[in-house]
Order: sequence, then structure tokens, then C-alpha cells
Amino acid sequence: MSSPGRNFGILLLLVVLAAAGCGPETADNEAVSERALIVYSGRSEALVGPLLEAFERESAVRTEVRYGGTSELAATILEEAENSPADLFLSQDAAALGALSGAGRLMVLDRALLERVPHRYRSNRDDWVGLSGRARTVVYEPSRISEADLPESLEAVGSPAYRGRFGVAPTNGSFQAHMAVYRVLHGADALERLLAAIAANEPQTYPKNSAIVEGVIAGEIDLGLVNHYYLWRAKREDPSVTARNYFMTGPGASFVNAAGVGVLSDRPAARELVTYLLSETAQRYFTEETYEYALAGSVPQSVDLPPLGEVGSPDLDFAEVSAALEETLRAIDRSGLIR
Amino acid sequence: MVTGTSLAVPGAWARRPSAAVCTAVAASLTALLANVPLVYIFVRAVEAGVERYADLVFSAQTWWLTSRSLLLVLGVLGLALPVAVTLAWLVTRTDLPGRRVLAVVAALPLVFPSYVAALAWVSVWGPRGLAQKALAPLGVELLPAWAYGYPGAWLVLSLFTYPYAYLLVVAALRSVDPAAEEAARSLGKKRWVVFFTTVLPQLKAAIFSGSLLIALYTLSDFGAVSIVRFNTFTLSIYNAYQGLFDRSTAASLATVLVAVTIVLIATEGWLSSRLRPWRRKPTRPPRRVRLGRWKPLALTGVFALLTVNLVTPLVVIVFWAARALALGNPVGAAAEAAVRSLGVAGVTAVVAVLLSLPVSIWSVRGGSRLAGLAQRASYSGYALPGLVIALALVFFATRLTPALYQTATLLVFAYVVRFLPEAISATTASLRALAPGFEEAARSLGNGSWAVLRTVTLPLIRPGLLAGGGLVFLTTMKELPATLILRPTGFDTLSVRVWTAASEGIYSQAALPSLILVLVAAVPVFFLIVRPVLMERS
Repeated sequence: MSSPGRNFGILLLLVVLAAAGCGPETADNEAVSERALIVYSGRSEALVGPLLEAFERESAVRTEVRYGGTSELAATILEEAENSPADLFLSQDAAALGALSGAGRLMVLDRALLERVPHRYRSNRDDWVGLSGRARTVVYEPSRISEADLPESLEAVGSPAYRGRFGVAPTNGSFQAHMAVYRVLHGADALERLLAAIAANEPQTYPKNSAIVEGVIAGEIDLGLVNHYYLWRAKREDPSVTARNYFMTGPGASFVNAAGVGVLSDRPAARELVTYLLSETAQRYFTEETYEYALAGSVPQSVDLPPLGEVGSPDLDFAEVSAALEETLRAIDRSGLIR
Repeated sequence: MVTGTSLAVPGAWARRPSAAVCTAVAASLTALLANVPLVYIFVRAVEAGVERYADLVFSAQTWWLTSRSLLLVLGVLGLALPVAVTLAWLVTRTDLPGRRVLAVVAALPLVFPSYVAALAWVSVWGPRGLAQKALAPLGVELLPAWAYGYPGAWLVLSLFTYPYAYLLVVAALRSVDPAAEEAARSLGKKRWVVFFTTVLPQLKAAIFSGSLLIALYTLSDFGAVSIVRFNTFTLSIYNAYQGLFDRSTAASLATVLVAVTIVLIATEGWLSSRLRPWRRKPTRPPRRVRLGRWKPLALTGVFALLTVNLVTPLVVIVFWAARALALGNPVGAAAEAAVRSLGVAGVTAVVAVLLSLPVSIWSVRGGSRLAGLAQRASYSGYALPGLVIALALVFFATRLTPALYQTATLLVFAYVVRFLPEAISATTASLRALAPGFEEAARSLGNGSWAVLRTVTLPLIRPGLLAGGGLVFLTTMKELPATLILRPTGFDTLSVRVWTAASEGIYSQAALPSLILVLVAAVPVFFLIVRPVLMERS
């Protein structure tokens, strides 16, 4: 029987050395992130990357951005609890911010700053603020479905006429907030019925709104539930795009949600970024580059959209919507849309 | 680098037991660390209460999800295995023209990570993809949507994973003794009867192992099924992770997926254990079958296949990449991502090979039961999809080791757990092939154990270590779900960049990182997988 040999303690040492091999790299990262502002962004790099770069140039604050889904990052912040490295959370919708606020994860912001935004689109606890508005719409391709045949309400999306022809993004914050709004307006049972009808109608499920718009353009689907502005961006990239937006009229079928920001640490740079995002430069960026509604100040629309107050959104209380979010997510899970 | 001499203090006699102990400790530690994700995913899953866990696990949805995923696995095996066996037979046993080159080329789809393959696939075969554009003059305005859903997932995974079985079957066919076939032929049996009754049974072991590789790949695949939008188990776990605030759902589903993979592995083990050993070492090269009038058909089939799963995706990626460059897309981001990918893959490969040494040495040279157990335990990552490892480590690190959370170290740890089995198999195989006599002789000449390891063992098993490390490097480069979830903030690798662009639906931005990924992957694929198997005898 051969002995395993002597001095193999060296192996252990090698293992330690190997582990240390990734040490410097990690230490490096940590040293950097101590200076950089850690931003969790539920909005994609294409949308907010240029804005954050502009902020870096103006303020000399460095940012490190973790891009992901809005609900994914909100859940991450909840899971991380007090160990969260995030200084700031950019959310695609107000309900996720409300949920974090409800969990006591957000810091109170300067009242004077928040008051630049209409009361509806900010926290009643002063711990998050809306930055830009986006309407829920139906994107469709007129050559494959005429305007007259489009659904008037969310319930109508479950009609057999649309079987397999429409796209939803059930893991996306905007869709989830939309369903939470529906729950607030119509109750839990109605939401279950709506989700069951949608799920049974064989929708194509996408990870994001932008992918739904691309899917309509690429002919994978004829219509989809999205936020209004992705279409404008797609048209800028490719002027030959013929797809259009349609505003449904049923109660809760379209409404204006706010993308917003909440602060998680007491670093001054985080507040500096919030101030910047509410500045005229940033608000102009939201109207001119991402084609959203500006929520602070009085920056005019850059594209042809119904005025903010006229989009068929009832007088919603986002605090209620936020409170309904977690149950809404459970209902989406039960409906089978995501698995 | 630390040299042996600084540590190899004289006094060999006294050091003997402690050396063995050190190997054992290092191996046991490795085995324990490799099981952190497996244990913690169960801990997190039942944390929300056993009742809720049972509700989630024994729901109709879970059964539906399991059957849907297994249907995909069966479908993929049903297509990939016949393709693999036919191709292997054509290039080893027939007079197919160009068979030596084709033998190599047929394995090359391995260079495509599944998400790159799927992206190229939908950009060609999507309703308004490149194929539709080519057919537009004929009045085709929209192709049917079969590039997506089950058909899409089935075709992409079959056409890009068959090489795993193909390589094993080629190796098996080359080691089969043709005597039995010739005897059967001389008894007047038809050629196809001989193939099914005499040749195929001898390939069973290779087919079983290949099936297991393909099945595990299909079950754990995240990239391709997301791009073609077919909700398998893995994708649903990701959706639950992404879309729900309550992460016990994702954790609970993950435990079921782990159970399914363990059942698959056990089934393959059971099937293989019942096989009779065949006589290996062919006495002479087999007589090649003349294809005759079938030759054009066989050639057309092979070329059609390779057009779809090799030439088309390559052309598409190069085309998109060229367009992206012409439009002035910045190269810098892709280059930075490439450096990160190479860096983490390199570190992972080195760590995995180093950790494989104590595990393999203890089990091969020590041979105790405990050593065998440590080795099997270190194979944990084989049954754990990357997504599951990532989830477990997110939960583990946020609660217990916040200092490691979102660091490259934790990412490398996840990769090591996932791909350690590749390194251990390579190291173990080369140690087994090395007769202990070499080491004993060196020791009897008065060398210390460290000196023996350094001057005899390691140099002799170096090719095996390199191969293991190369495989780990390749699979780490291509890895997507664990990278997405565990990477440090701002740490975009090539796979992350491809994924981000794809999930936005902007394929052109995915092209450059995809192209770099494929080109880098081609090197280890060729030298470590294709060449040893296919060019050994030519």
C-alpha cells in the first residue's frame, strides 16, 4: 500500500494561496466601491446610463451601477437587509419604492426638494420621489391588427381573439404595478380572475417591456402591454417602424406610473444624485431622450402624448398600490404566468 | 511562488502521518465547501416553514413544470442521440468523403454557449428574421413562430448539444472490436441488422453517459430557454427569483430541480452498472462500409446540419459584429468584459485544479472509504445547476458572510463548486493511469514526499491537469446565470453583456461579445476536446 506521501501540507498552502490569488482583485473592488456610489437600477443601462455618466462628469462623484429588474432589486434589498451595499435605488415603478418604504428601508429626503414633484408622485413619508412618468399602453402592429380590434380594457385581453397573439412581461415591475393598481380598484378576486384569463390565453412572456416592443416589431406577437415610451425609442432607432401605441379606456386599464428614486444610505453623494435627477437638465433628458413625462418643474413634452392629467388614470393612491404589491406578486405566481 | 524547500523540513519519518492528515484535511475541506450551496438551498427553502415548503413543492404547478422540463429533455435526447450516433458512425465506419475533416467540424458547435446559439437562431428563424428577409421576394411576410417555445428550445438544444454524445460515441466506436460485426456479417445478417444487434449494444455505455450530459445540460440551461421563451424549471426559478419579493419560492423550486437532477444521475448510474463489459482494443481497423448510392444523401444531410448549427450562427454573429463596428459601437466595453471573463475563468481554472489535487490524491493513493466519500461529495456541483448555486450563495452570503457578498471571490467560489467535478475527473484519471511504482522508486532513492510530488507526480500528470483546467476555463467563460446573479456591481463579463443586450432585444449589441466568446472558446474546445478524441489515430 503506497503511502499518500509526506509534506502534502503544501497542498493546503497552495489552496490558501489560490484563494488569496483572487484576494487582490477583491480588495481592489472594495477599495473602489468605498469611493463610488452604489446604485441599484431597475431601469436599464440604455435608459439611465448616459444620465448617470453626465452626473459623474458634473459632480466628480463616481457611481457603480448594478442593473437588474425593479422587483428583483427590491427583493434583493429586502433580502440584504442591513447588509445592503446599495446607496440608492432607481426604480421603474412607484409601487416597489412604496414597498421598500413600508419595510422601513428608505431614508427621509429633504421636503423642499420633494415638493418640486406633484404630491401624487412621491412618498407621503418623504422617503422616495418620482422622477419621470410613464403611461401603460398597448403597443400593436396596425398591419396585423386594426385599432378597432384592440382591447378596450384589461379584461378584454383575456378574449379568445387575442389567443397567443399578445405579449406580457410578468416579472417586470411595470406590469406588476399595473396588476396591483387593478387589485386596488377591483379587489383581490377580480385580479385572480383577470390573471387566470390572461394566463389561459397563451400570452408570450417577455423579461422586459423593451423586448415586447421588439417582439411586436419582429412579428412574434401582434400586441403587448407596455409602457408608452419604448416605442418612441424604437422609432428613433429605426424610422421605418410602423407599430403604434393605444391607450385603453377601461378603469385601471391605463394609468401613469412614476419611475423614481429612494435613498438607502446617509452618504451625502446619494442626496446629491437625487437633487441632480430632479434638476431641469435631468428632467429634460427624461422627456427628450427617454420620451417620458417630466415630473419636476415644467419641462414640456418632446413627443405627441396626451397631457399627464388626461391619461385615463383614476385618482390613485400609490401607498395603497404599494401595499397591494406583495399580494399581487403572489397572485401572479399562482396564475402560472411565470412558471 | 512558494518553493518546496522552504517547507520541506527534514525529519521524514515524523512527518509521514501528518502529511497524510494534511491531504485528508484539504480534501475534506474541499468536499465540505463544495456542499455549502446544496445544504444552504434546503435551509433557505424550509426557512419559511415546512408547511409552506410542502405546499409549494407538491403543487400541481410543480408537477406540470417538472413534466414540461422532462418532456424537453426527452425531446432533445430523441433528436440529439440519433444525430450523434449517425454522425459518429458515418465518420468512423464509412467511406464518407472528407470524413476526417467532418469528424472534427461536427464537434465544433460546442464553441457556442447556448444563449449565443439561441440568439443567432431566433435572429435567423424568427418570424421576421433573416430567413424571412431572404424569402420576402417570394411574398413571405412572416414565418411561423416555431423558432420560439418548445420547438425552438428543442431544436436549439438538440442541434447544439449532440456533440457531447457524439464525441463519446466516436471514441467508443473506435475501441470496439470489429470481429463480432464481421462474424455476424459472415453469418449472412443484413448490414442494418448487424448495426442494431451487434454494434449498438456495444455503444450503450457511451450513449448513456452522453445522454446524461445532454440531459443535465438541458435541465440546467438558462440562456437558450429564456431567449426562445420556453418556461422550464430553471427559467421558472429565475422568474420567481426576479419577479417575487418572497424568495422562498425560488429556493423551494430549486430544491425540486436538484432532486430531479439527482434522480437522472442515479438512473444513468444504475443503467450503466448493468452493462456487460465488452472486449476493448480492436484487433484490426474495421472494414469501412461503402455508402454507394447513399453517399450523396449522407453528405447532404451532414452539410445541411452543419449549415444550420455551425455556419449560419457564425455568419450571423460576424455579420452583426461587423455592422456594430461599422456603426461605431464602442469596442472598449466588450474588450473590458473580455478581460474580466478571461480573468475570472483563469483564476477559477487554477483554483479548481489545485483543489482537485488533494481530493484525487487522497482517493486514488489513499483508497480509504472516507476518501472515496470526500471525492463523491466534491462532485456536488455536477447535480447543481449554476442558477441554484448562485441562489444558495446569495442567501448564504447576505446572511452569514456579508464581506464576501458581491465580490469576485464569491463568484469564483460558485464557479469552482460548479466545475470542480471536471477538474477532479481529469486529475483522478491521470493519477490512476500513473503506476505508483514511479513515486515509490523516487522515494526509495531518498527523496522527500514533496520532492516526489514536485519532480515525479506533478510533471507526469501535467497533461491531465492542463486538460482539467482547460475544461473548467471553457465552461466558466460560457457560464451565465451564476454570473448574472453573483457578479460584483459593474462587473460585466462577456456572457453578461450578451445577455443584457439580448434581454433588451438589441441583438446587434450582443454580437461583439458573442464573437469574442466563441473565438476564445474555440481554443480549448479544439485542443482539449476535439483533438484528443478525434485526431488521436489519424
